[in-house]
Amino acid sequence: MTAVEMPVEQDVAEATPEFEAAAARHDRRRGFLLALPAYGYLVLFFAIPLIIVVVYSFATRNRFGGTDLSGWNLDSYQKLGEPIVRDILFRSLWLAILTTVICLVISYPFAYFLSTRSPTVRNVMLVFVMIPFWTNFLVRNYAWRVILGNDGTLTKITEAIGLGEQELLFSQTAVVLGLVYGYMPFMILPLYAAIERIDHRLLEASRDLYANGFQSFRHVLLPLSMPGVIAGSILCFVPSLGAYVTPEILGGAKTTLLGSYIVTQFLTARNWPFGAALSFVLMAIMLTATIVYFRKGGRTL
Amino acid sequence: MTTPAVELKGITKRFGAVVAVDSIDLEIADGEFFAMLGPSGCGKTTTLRMVAGLDFPTEGSLKIFGDEVGTLPPNKRPVNTVFQNYALFPHMTVLQNVAFGLKMQGVDKSAAASQAREMIELVQLGGLEDRKSSQMSGGQQQRVALARALVNHPKVLLLDEPLGALDLKLRQEMQGELKRLQRELGISFVFVTHDQEEALTMSDRIAVMHEGQLLQVGSPEEIYEHPVNRFVADFIGQTNLLEGTIEDSATVCLANGVRVKATSSYSTGAKVALSLRPERAHLSMRGDGASDGSSIDGVIERMTYLGNARVYSVRLDWMEVEVREENRPGAALYEPGTEISIHWDPGAVWVVADS
Ligand SMILES: Nc1ncnc2c1ncn2[C@@H]1O[C@H](COP(=O)(O)OP(=O)(O)OP(=O)(O)O)[C@@H](O)[C@H]1O
Ligand SMILES: [Mg+2]
Repeated sequence: MTAVEMPVEQDVAEATPEFEAAAARHDRRRGFLLALPAYGYLVLFFAIPLIIVVVYSFATRNRFGGTDLSGWNLDSYQKLGEPIVRDILFRSLWLAILTTVICLVISYPFAYFLSTRSPTVRNVMLVFVMIPFWTNFLVRNYAWRVILGNDGTLTKITEAIGLGEQELLFSQTAVVLGLVYGYMPFMILPLYAAIERIDHRLLEASRDLYANGFQSFRHVLLPLSMPGVIAGSILCFVPSLGAYVTPEILGGAKTTLLGSYIVTQFLTARNWPFGAALSFVLMAIMLTATIVYFRKGGRTL
Repeated sequence: MTTPAVELKGITKRFGAVVAVDSIDLEIADGEFFAMLGPSGCGKTTTLRMVAGLDFPTEGSLKIFGDEVGTLPPNKRPVNTVFQNYALFPHMTVLQNVAFGLKMQGVDKSAAASQAREMIELVQLGGLEDRKSSQMSGGQQQRVALARALVNHPKVLLLDEPLGALDLKLRQEMQGELKRLQRELGISFVFVTHDQEEALTMSDRIAVMHEGQLLQVGSPEEIYEHPVNRFVADFIGQTNLLEGTIEDSATVCLANGVRVKATSSYSTGAKVALSLRPERAHLSMRGDGASDGSSIDGVIERMTYLGNARVYSVRLDWMEVEVREENRPGAALYEPGTEISIHWDPGAVWVVADS
């Protein structure tokens, strides 16, 4: 009995004949041409506006609410350190993280459950997950207002079971509730896609190798579903951080978040440079989150 | 009497209306190389999964070394499995895969790593510890799966068609390897396969399954020489099954009225089949020998040349049979259309129930 022979490591460049390299070059060129419309779109509607935002963030607000592009300075960025602004920033971050974590904790078991059902059941349930999208986002938020508000459904229920009048509307809880409700499908779908792809026999193998239910989750299911966890978290965190509609409708004056604050700067305070600086900070946070996550995710993919 | 390693009593498994395993009784001894053989869908995997704890029986009692394990989860059973497609963890290296079971049992890190390394050495994968399992060939993955199970020192190793995905050469190599490991470790291997040759060459005992039922359990020799029914006779090796009825305890009357000598314990008038292995039948020109109860007349239909042998298809009055003649120098050649008789040594035939 001899050991299985190892395949000989070959130098890829050496093994590839010249014409193959030429074909690859040709493929790349054609790929670039096909991607050109998308590149154009990105430059026109993403890169250029981004540059404008950055430029404005260094400008000065003049006395009449206009913007002076002549004297460049860092005033707007210094203003970010003011307690009121800092509170709003941290509150927004905190609520976005909270929303993401709640979504993750609720969605994961559900996505796993879904992946173990028969194909018919899965499809039906996936449709249920997506049904809310058929109604306008704004309308759904107002529906929550009705449920949570004065004399709303929630109050009636809590009164009926003897918990007294509970009013959630215009609180942080209401905002988180609304955000979780709004972005849950963005968590469920990528999680489901990732978990569904995992070979169920790997979980059986881990159980056979003395892992209990939790260890099996911790060492096999979770690492293998990491791409879904990452994708779902980004898809939840990013829009939660910049949320405007939900906090506007369900939150109160004490729960001003970044999205609303930016709008105020542009429309009410007419401080465009400060609004631009805030927008830029928001984008930077999102971008950092995305890059960090993709870096980590790249390894598990 | 020693306790059997695995004991199944009246084990039944139903999936909805499908009866995957139908009231099986089976005892597997400690230290035995036991094969479960049967065609696709006969319930081999299901039986193995119940022993592993990955499926629970609908009915019956299942004991491992005398302990009832009925609905014990897999992590509480002293058995390990080599899965049909290995099921290696793709996000772990070879070493991490092999050390997994020890880690889950709470063995400390360095001890687990050194035991895993030892086992990797034993399956001859030394030096590949840090590879990802996806970067291994089929044969290497097979060895990792083996090491990953064996490192836990299971009392019984369950193997579900472990060689199914390998090419012939590697397969034969691994057959020898498995046999060697089993002898060295002295534990029972329960080996599922649908390859009868593999089962015959490797096992101490074989269980033949068909449609969820256990047809016969016995040594390779018993199963080959004395199959209990048509299905087993046909499934293990090749054979000709000539229908007939029992005339008395020493005679079978074939479908064309020819009487042949064959001892059996079936009652007079019972419908049976006479199993005549191709390699145990011989051809001669007709009229060379008188009918002595160990021959039957036929006409050569065609010949297939196999190199080491020639297989003749011979037309009888009501069916066709195959006769295998070794390709010896000077062996007689029979042209299609030749009238011949097939004869055999008394005792070369075996009577099976015709069902
Ligand atoms: N989870 C299940 N749900 C429904 N039916 C099942 C399930 N698992 C197995 N079966 C059925 O039970 C029967 C036995 O299946 P099993 O997998 O044990 O066969 P097998 O002997 O291992 O076959 P193969 O050689 O093809 O692997 C088959 O008819 C199969 O369709
Ligand atoms: Mg199977």
